[in-house]
Amino acid sequence: MAEKKFNKKKESSPLSYHEEYRDKKTPQPQKTPSPEKERFTLISGYTPRIDGERIVTGKAPFTHDINLRGLLYGKILRSPHACAQIISMDLTKAKNLPGVKAVLQLKKEKVQYVGEQVAAVAAVNEFIAEKALKMIEVEYKTLPFVVTEEEAMKKDSPRVHENSNVQKFSDYSRGDVEKGYQEAHAVLEKTFKTEIEIHHPTETHGSVAKWEGDRLVVWDSTQAIHNVRNGLAKALNIPQSQVKVIKKYMGGGFGSKLGLNDYTMAAAKLAKITHNPVKIILSRKENSLTVGNRPSSIQTLKGGVKKDGTITSLSLINYTSGGIGRGDRCSEPMIDIYRCPHIKVNEYTVYTHTGPSRPTRAPGHVQGTFALESFLDELAAEIDMDPLELRKKNYTTKNEGGTGIPYSSKGLDQCYQIGAQKIGWHRRNKIPGQSNGRFRKGIGMGTQIWWGVGRPETLADVMLHPDGSVEAICGTQDLGTGTRTYMAVIPADTLGLKPQDITVKIGNTSYPWCGASGGSTTTPSVAPAIRDAAVKARDYLKKMAAEKLEIDSKNIGVADRKFFNQNNPNQSITFKELTEDLSREKVFHGEYVGRPSGYAYNTFGAHFAEVEVDTQTGKIKVIKVIAVHEIGRVMNKQTAESQVVGGITQGVSTALFEGRVMDPSIGTVLNPNLIDYKLATSYDSPEIEIHFVDIVDPRINNLGTKGLGEPPRIPIAAAISNAVYNAVGIHVKETPMTPDKVLQTLKEKEA
Amino acid sequence: MEDKNQKKGKPIKRRDFLKGFGGGAMGAAVAPKFLVQEKKTISTKEGNIPVYSKKKISLIVNGKKHTLSVKPRDTLLDVLREKLNLTGPKRICNHGECGGCTVLLDAQPVYSCMFLAVRADGQKITTVEGLAKGGNLHSIQKAFIEKDGYQCGFCTSGFIMSSLALLQRNKKPNLEEIKQAFSGNLCRCGNYFKIYDAVSEAAKKMRGA
Repeated sequence: MAEKKFNKKKESSPLSYHEEYRDKKTPQPQKTPSPEKERFTLISGYTPRIDGERIVTGKAPFTHDINLRGLLYGKILRSPHACAQIISMDLTKAKNLPGVKAVLQLKKEKVQYVGEQVAAVAAVNEFIAEKALKMIEVEYKTLPFVVTEEEAMKKDSPRVHENSNVQKFSDYSRGDVEKGYQEAHAVLEKTFKTEIEIHHPTETHGSVAKWEGDRLVVWDSTQAIHNVRNGLAKALNIPQSQVKVIKKYMGGGFGSKLGLNDYTMAAAKLAKITHNPVKIILSRKENSLTVGNRPSSIQTLKGGVKKDGTITSLSLINYTSGGIGRGDRCSEPMIDIYRCPHIKVNEYTVYTHTGPSRPTRAPGHVQGTFALESFLDELAAEIDMDPLELRKKNYTTKNEGGTGIPYSSKGLDQCYQIGAQKIGWHRRNKIPGQSNGRFRKGIGMGTQIWWGVGRPETLADVMLHPDGSVEAICGTQDLGTGTRTYMAVIPADTLGLKPQDITVKIGNTSYPWCGASGGSTTTPSVAPAIRDAAVKARDYLKKMAAEKLEIDSKNIGVADRKFFNQNNPNQSITFKELTEDLSREKVFHGEYVGRPSGYAYNTFGAHFAEVEVDTQTGKIKVIKVIAVHEIGRVMNKQTAESQVVGGITQGVSTALFEGRVMDPSIGTVLNPNLIDYKLATSYDSPEIEIHFVDIVDPRINNLGTKGLGEPPRIPIAAAISNAVYNAVGIHVKETPMTPDKVLQTLKEKEA
Repeated sequence: MEDKNQKKGKPIKRRDFLKGFGGGAMGAAVAPKFLVQEKKTISTKEGNIPVYSKKKISLIVNGKKHTLSVKPRDTLLDVLREKLNLTGPKRICNHGECGGCTVLLDAQPVYSCMFLAVRADGQKITTVEGLAKGGNLHSIQKAFIEKDGYQCGFCTSGFIMSSLALLQRNKKPNLEEIKQAFSGNLCRCGNYFKIYDAVSEAAKKMRGA
């Protein structure tokens, strides 16, 4: 797939919101052997989670479950105002309440959104802590505020930060879009909107902090133990070596738990003052207000297309709001995915007095793909072309729309082929909206691109004990994605053992360094590092076996807990017999060192959806989804399939249900709970069929594997949007596509 | 577990009642019979901490009887988690919205975050910790592992308990019945499709098929 031409152009645009997910250093060639030659028995198969029993028996320790001797409960007082000056704060009454151990003022000057933290209390139980919060007397001077994008964009609206509420944060340009529009047979312009979403992990954010002398131990519900450790050390001005962060199990994060949180700092400070461990667990309401959201977007797309389907120009103007934080860069799919010589992008953040945004599973790509892919179907209709053919017509094997460097591997063409066949693409309405009746069915699809590369310098160890037991150790974290399990599968496969023979240790900053679990980076970081360590361990044992069996180590095979002579399998030695000769435990250090430059490394996929629209009630039902992904070599299909299922369910939720609702008069969130903020439920899951394209990336790492966290979250809303278009002949153009919007859209079509 | 210091028989004052009930929001749900316990205080360095009315209750949890004294406001969820160290049931919303705290009261699934502990006095409660017998996992637990009916695992206890309630009353549920049984359980990772599989598999196992 990859073109041979070597292009020295930079791998990516410097303005990406996803810089964190990309390596900042020049990638270095991988020293370990090329992945394509390897043959595996466990890798790419179906292995049940090695920690399944802990989960299903309720014994997996989550941060919420941490209970320590002398534990105090912390609670946070939060601003009731969207914008206010703190005039004074009196903690006396709260401090004097029996059972209260410490009260801390956390904010001195201005509060900028409802829910911003103001003070903290530690008490012997939650009840007293909450009571004490009510006894903290804060005098505020309320100030004018603005909580909706539309209002914030007006010139005379109250300012959130010093400068104007509308700030350009991203632009991109290549070619000359005007020239492209002149060459086009048809030019279209459409506006798409997406609503602010809230992560709502089931385990609300929380930390437990405990001081052991000058040493701080923190149990945190986090996707990034090392980020939290470094953040705490810096903020408290103590050495990183004196901070340990632990995360055994976590109930979801989806991007909202990637760094140090204010409440974790509060817990550490309260624990220091009281000399007792302090636990702060946020409520569902606090989770709705303060720990992140997916920014909204108002995207105006313009595009030109020739009669033969060649896209000549694309442009995007995006207004995106992430509260007091920045909006999302939504242009990446447009810039990269289709062959297009002329592109122009301008993106603006719109600040409001609401909680700050945080990365949310596939930030920017979820919004951008919904708009771009919906728009492409309209372009296709304009020239009477099959929308899938339009995509194939503009296929590219180089990034930046064919103007950049070659993809190291790209199986998107196979995703299209498999998806179309499995959904029965021929069954769709040839003309969008051609069917009649109350219930109208339609089929649509959406394309996905994401990165999904590893972080160079990720470390992992494999430890062999003389008794034959084996440990796989890495300072990563399992978010429920199956990290623990492939950390057993890889060394087991390499050493000829079973997954249950491996003890996996993760979630502790005392273990070898690994970055945050976010941006689909975990597997392509951890898997190659653990493989590197396991290969070193295997080679060491092979040498030992070769001496014992008196043959060349090249002829040693590994399987069924044995090292054997490949020329004479009867001649063998068991794994356990071999390790008995170790005088002590032996540690093998593994590292993911990087990948060659000059290539673009991306994941690809396509979702095909079938929906039914009730034109009387405006209700959309997603009947079936075919998901096809190309993520290089899959480490464990059992858990990979679940990630795809989850991405689809969350995407259905985005497409049909989710949206934060603000009250512009009092400036607070109107749906800060799980009833009024509607999530997809068991009734809303469609039938799902999953396929992985069987490709091994030849150079990304020693296993040829890419990440999968974000990919299945990206194309589904677009696929649903296009299926609705195929059913009723008009795009709803706004998520969530709630019944009122569907009916309104149908009315517009009739008019 | 039992609070040996409590004295019985003395009526508490209305004032204490209100204090102890945090404004009386939960007052409606509790019967007056256990309000016959005295206010007492615990001395600490920082001063006296008032401890209000408690009631001695007994719960038969996972087949084992526990006698313990609880406050009228204590939810069954908090008693299970904090006093009995059964952290399988989770506090996800604490408002009866998500089902993460689901336990069985006899055969009935209940939201333990919405169920006052005093109301469960004398009743049989099953939590996820009570399913495995003698080191052998329950068929439902095995099926959840085999079919990967979870991701982060935080909602899983609730789903397993709802599955148990379903399969105890319906040995061969169809897809609609499975979906209906989970109408009160939220999985944010969105693994419903795999959970349906897990429950069908569990039903098969339990039928011995």
